[in-house]
Amino acid sequence: MGFIDKQARSLLLTEIVSGLGLTLRYMFKTKATINYPYEKGPLSPRFRGEHALRRYANGEERCIACKLCEAACPALAITIDAEPRDDGSRRTTRYDIDMTKCIYCGFCQEACPVDAIVEGPNFEFATETREELFYDKEKLLANGDRWEQEIALNLNADTPYR
Amino acid sequence: MVEFWDIYGLPTAIIVAKILAIVLPLLIAVAYLTLYERKVMALMQLRKGPNVVGFYGLLQPLADGAKLFFKETIVPSGANKFLFLFAPMLTFILSLIAWAVIPFDEGMVLSDLNVGVLYLFAISSLGVYGIVIAGWASNSRYPFLGALRSAAQMVSYEVSIGFVIITVLLCVGSLNLTDVVKSQDGEYGMFSWYFIPLFPMFIIFFISILAETNRHPFDLPEAEAELVAGYQTEYSSMAFALFFLGEYANMILMSAICVVLFLGGWLPPADIAPFNWIPGVVWFGIKIAILLFVFIWVRATLPRYRYDQLMRLGWKVFLPFSLIWVVLTAGFLIVFDMVPA
Repeated sequence: MGFIDKQARSLLLTEIVSGLGLTLRYMFKTKATINYPYEKGPLSPRFRGEHALRRYANGEERCIACKLCEAACPALAITIDAEPRDDGSRRTTRYDIDMTKCIYCGFCQEACPVDAIVEGPNFEFATETREELFYDKEKLLANGDRWEQEIALNLNADTPYR
Repeated sequence: MVEFWDIYGLPTAIIVAKILAIVLPLLIAVAYLTLYERKVMALMQLRKGPNVVGFYGLLQPLADGAKLFFKETIVPSGANKFLFLFAPMLTFILSLIAWAVIPFDEGMVLSDLNVGVLYLFAISSLGVYGIVIAGWASNSRYPFLGALRSAAQMVSYEVSIGFVIITVLLCVGSLNLTDVVKSQDGEYGMFSWYFIPLFPMFIIFFISILAETNRHPFDLPEAEAELVAGYQTEYSSMAFALFFLGEYANMILMSAICVVLFLGGWLPPADIAPFNWIPGVVWFGIKIAILLFVFIWVRATLPRYRYDQLMRLGWKVFLPFSLIWVVLTAGFLIVFDMVPA
């Protein structure tokens, strides 16, 4: 009986027909494609994208040049020079991140005691030359100004879990 | 001079015009078949497929064609240059000349041969040469293996295709393709087409033309996991495009043959009001499009056969099965005295 059953199945192509039925059903399902440059997928608040240096609400930069991020960086992508400023506070004179070395591990933002260096939600910063990816302090602060709203929201959303 | 024009010039001009009227729509159909395939495959894989070039990606085939056209044709240093460039042309030409005997509508056929079926059979067998020459002339391992496989595969499945065609011809009593379609014009509309009385043969024929055109799940000649791209590996630019066009034109051709033999050619599914308003050419096109959809559907569903499974299916399943069916059909026709005059 088992033999007849098996032969009848293979003769009537039941497996193939049920497979074809499955693909036909899939044809009418909702598509998973996101029309990328026009539509974007959701990002986690913890998403580690392009770096930014943040400021306080009064415009003062947060970074106090403690160099914990530089020490934590496993890729040695961060370079910091520091001097006391005229008003006596300790600030960086140089804050460079080599984005071609960075591995986006997020250790810098973990290490930062004042939430100054953060990795923002931006991941579309491709450039045409290598040199454009050697970020300096100016560029990082500009990023901070540009993405402050999103960064603040994300940090706030993630606070309960830190 | 006027006499010369009447005797030779005008008939030649008419024939050339007819050929162009067949070939140009065919080439456009081939181009859009690639888009059709990509769209259907994408939908079945929960993707959207090309939708950027033109509305819904409608200009994608033109963009692909332009890209291939502007690329450099590379001839490998060890290759036989003449044969290397001759093979794609041969494949392409063979896939076009078979259309000469396909009836698009009653009387709409370039050459109404009395042995149309044999002509088609001969041309489709010649298709192996393009591939074998390509594989040999490339002077490279993968193309050679691909060509060997392709030759073996096409020869094996042609045998069972032959028997399937014989069963149809037994029922028709003529080798003329127009007669084949006309004999399906019964009183039951689409139920008197041969795919109903000869259903098992229809299935075998369809599976065999999948193998004959090297389509999934029988695309062993270009199994990319094993053979890079099979016989096409060394080809680039227009030489590659000619292979590509030839292959897809062959798919359409084989679907057309299947429509003529089993699905009633240009006949409407029922000879009643809304159906017989539509011209026969359109019905012919619709039927081909449905068969091509099944080609793509099968490609999106089934994994590739192993080489020995392919040979087993061809020689040990299809061949005896179709042979038995030839005998059964012949016996049935004799016993019930239904042999066509």
